[in-house]
Amino acid sequence: MRIALFATCIVDAMYPRTAQATVAILERLGHTVVFPAGQACCGQMHVNSGYFKEALPVVANHVRAFDTEDYDVAVAPSGSCVASVKHQHGMVAKRCGEDALAARAAVVGAKTYELSQLLVDVLGVTDAAAQLGSHFPHTVTYHPSCHGMRLLKLGDRQLDLLKTVGGIEVRELPEADQCCGFGGTFSMKNADVSTAMLEDKTANICGTGASLCSGGDASCLMHIGGGLSRQGSAVGTLHFAEILAATLENPAHIAGDVQLAGRK
Amino acid sequence: MSGTFLGMPTLPVFGHGNLNATEPFPTAARSELANPQLRANLGHATHTIRDKRLRVVAELPDWEELRDAGSAIKENVMANLPALLEQFEANFTARGGVIHWARDAGEANAIVTDLIRATGETEVVKVKSMATQEIGLNEHLEEQGIAAFETDLAELIVQLDHDKPSHILVPAIHKNRSQVREIFLREMPVVDPELTDEPAKLAEAARKHLRAKFLSAKVAVSGANFGLADSGTLAVVESEGNGRMCLTLPETLITVMGIEKLLPSWADLEVFMQLLPRSSTGERMNPYTSVWTGVTPGDGPQNVHLVLLDNGRSAALADEMGRSALHCIRCSACMNVCPVYERTGGHAYGSTYPGPIGAILSPLLTGIKSEENNSLPYASSLCGACYDACPVKINIPEILVHLRAEDVDSKRSATKVPTQMDLMMKGASWAFSSGRNLGLLEKGLPLGKLAAGKKRKITKLPGIVAGWTQSRDIPAPPSQSFRQWWAKEHQEANHDGGTSTNPAATKGDA
Amino acid sequence: MSARADILERIASALRDHPAVEPVPRAYRSAGTLDRAALVEQLVDRLVDYKANVFVVAAADAPAQLATLLAGVSSYVVPHGLDEGLLAAVDGPVREVDSPERRLDVAGLDAVDAVVTGAAVAVSETGTIMLDGSDDQGRRIISLVPDRHICLLRASDIVQILPEAIARLDATRPQTWISGPSATSDIELERVEGVHGPRTLDVLILT
Repeated sequence: MRIALFATCIVDAMYPRTAQATVAILERLGHTVVFPAGQACCGQMHVNSGYFKEALPVVANHVRAFDTEDYDVAVAPSGSCVASVKHQHGMVAKRCGEDALAARAAVVGAKTYELSQLLVDVLGVTDAAAQLGSHFPHTVTYHPSCHGMRLLKLGDRQLDLLKTVGGIEVRELPEADQCCGFGGTFSMKNADVSTAMLEDKTANICGTGASLCSGGDASCLMHIGGGLSRQGSAVGTLHFAEILAATLENPAHIAGDVQLAGRK
Repeated sequence: MSGTFLGMPTLPVFGHGNLNATEPFPTAARSELANPQLRANLGHATHTIRDKRLRVVAELPDWEELRDAGSAIKENVMANLPALLEQFEANFTARGGVIHWARDAGEANAIVTDLIRATGETEVVKVKSMATQEIGLNEHLEEQGIAAFETDLAELIVQLDHDKPSHILVPAIHKNRSQVREIFLREMPVVDPELTDEPAKLAEAARKHLRAKFLSAKVAVSGANFGLADSGTLAVVESEGNGRMCLTLPETLITVMGIEKLLPSWADLEVFMQLLPRSSTGERMNPYTSVWTGVTPGDGPQNVHLVLLDNGRSAALADEMGRSALHCIRCSACMNVCPVYERTGGHAYGSTYPGPIGAILSPLLTGIKSEENNSLPYASSLCGACYDACPVKINIPEILVHLRAEDVDSKRSATKVPTQMDLMMKGASWAFSSGRNLGLLEKGLPLGKLAAGKKRKITKLPGIVAGWTQSRDIPAPPSQSFRQWWAKEHQEANHDGGTSTNPAATKGDA
Repeated sequence: MSARADILERIASALRDHPAVEPVPRAYRSAGTLDRAALVEQLVDRLVDYKANVFVVAAADAPAQLATLLAGVSSYVVPHGLDEGLLAAVDGPVREVDSPERRLDVAGLDAVDAVVTGAAVAVSETGTIMLDGSDDQGRRIISLVPDRHICLLRASDIVQILPEAIARLDATRPQTWISGPSATSDIELERVEGVHGPRTLDVLILT
């Protein structure tokens, strides 16, 4: 299968290893990965902040990058960005009077999958150790991000995949379904409430005794990881794609106080 | 084109009353967050109700079908509202009730005051009613020399404490049992000094306190949960029996109901009375529901009035993206699951309607520019828990985003100095609207890494981004972006619109 | 312009986009599946959960059961349409009859210890008993003011789910739906029984 990678802006710029891991997993399964080079961002920061006019060129760019490309399906290692592509792009285009763009956005949206959705529903991955050689000998807890859980209805796909990684110990996160408090510009506009939500999330994470918190959205993980770092916690964050990509021969590097950065 | 003929579009007329955030939500939230007792009370109460709701909802095999029906019925109501109102009016009137129409809060208050005056009474008993809180009826009556006694336990607690409700179902949710006991001991004229903080004992104290009032009341004021157009019937849903007391014992009953509360037919109650109790108190059914149609000779009040209230509802209806907020049946499930409400409580929202539904309903009723109501749609992380819980499937996150856009657009003008947020959004729009632009910016990543220094994190940033670094570090950026890595791997320079594939297994994670 | 005309015009103007509406999907259950015995069992379970006292008796044994329940009270009230035969074994307490000819006032009702009424229909799934003001149920006030409500319900009047009950009820009759004794969840969202309505609810299910 020819799979177009939508890296997402935050992974592209801040967490390149998450995208590299996504490529590694898909290639390990024998698929061809393409990277539409015109891609930038899904635009949800603009949309969710009410800046529809400013979102429009971002949406148009994404649609252009992905409807001029030849591929079977597109994938992104982010529930939130996929939800934006699927649910927001058409709405923004229509509101700005761009009906033709809305129609093209619908086609792109229909072909776009979140990584665990693609792995489980399309590529039939049910056992990461057996099918991907995944090996990760660490204690991990898992936070399901809201948009994946509620907008994409991902259910336990990411968690179930993690549980089948060789050597891993997955600890259940209490109140896992509670938002971590990120919410895009919410974390700046309503910093106090966001912080209060974050503190409860990090307390629950630390209470599990896990050494890492995994998840499927780099932005939420940056928020949670940034909080843990500020609190002086040794617990780090790591995208589930990087855990799936890790093998015995090629283990993921999890040292350092902010886990995902500056390791290359 | 500029004529004022009947049928020409009119400008939305917004509502007034207790519908406004009087300070920006983040400011109000900050002081509420500083109250650990409040957070503990709210955390305990909302977690209790969440679990109960999930249990009773899981019992019904057709919960989603009921939600679908509830949502569609309300959509039909909104589309046919004029005809349904007229049908309701005809039926209610035919059964001896009197209908009054109120454009806004002031008009409704005046109507109720006149109706009470006509009875010669100076005291009324009240059933908990969001509509009368919205219009500030109690305050208005007090100015007019009429005492209104709240009879719902939580409303009584709030009224005795000279406080404001903070939740639409449990107005005193911010108080715990020992605080309630303290209020009762302080404010009730006759109270057992040995009163304990057991909820059952506190409920008994409320019973004793109000019993004589109920038995002697001549006038009651209520809201209504539902109005059924095909029969002219009203329904009030409650628990304690204070509603029954008010709706049955007095000679005069004055009900204030928003125009959006109609359902087309009696049979529709079979949907809503399955959705409402399970969503609100997490019970299979609430203890008491009262149903009445105009006047029944010999049974209940013989002088029955209904005030139909607009107060901004028609303006909300005019907003195509926002009008489904009027489907709300005031169950409060959205606030019980909201992580923001759970931490700030209801007072931070200012308006009678707090929580996720309040964050959309208040600005829809008043217009986005009213006082600080434009801060309300931002009081959400858009986690979506409210949409999942809503029994009539109001897409609250979508309407929140719509109202944020209304706010942003309402401030766009050539002369205005752009805010930091405006500039950030404009800059990001440029960066994110082409792969080449983003790629150019990413060349600066090593600078960020340099700025992060040896500790490999950024701990303090200026301006609006300071909100982030007040509690979170930013990791040091990587030395190259994914895009740069990919290009090197594939030795292709075409960055904008071109494609590259990865022929060999990636070596990126070595 | 009157407020009425003004509001109706505002609404009409708000709807000038003529929103398209779908027909209401009514895929929810419209009828139950339980047999009579299971309905009784479910209703009992729900009422007990609400802290009501429930007695399931053969119709012939109802008078004796009522006599037992009323043994301790000094006075009670019944609506004029309640079957006198049911009360035949009650001996001792003063019986007040509320009728269109002789309506008890609030003070009178406040002075009696209990009320005995019939019921129109009950919903087993939710534990709800509906009174519709028929002659055996009386005016709403009589089942409200006395502190104890003894409610007689024929097993044949039990349905499983709410839509079945709604179909049996006439919207225009004054109704009270009762699911247990009066209760509140207003303090810390914990339910406690016994506020303004009758604090004791006894239900006699007659099979």
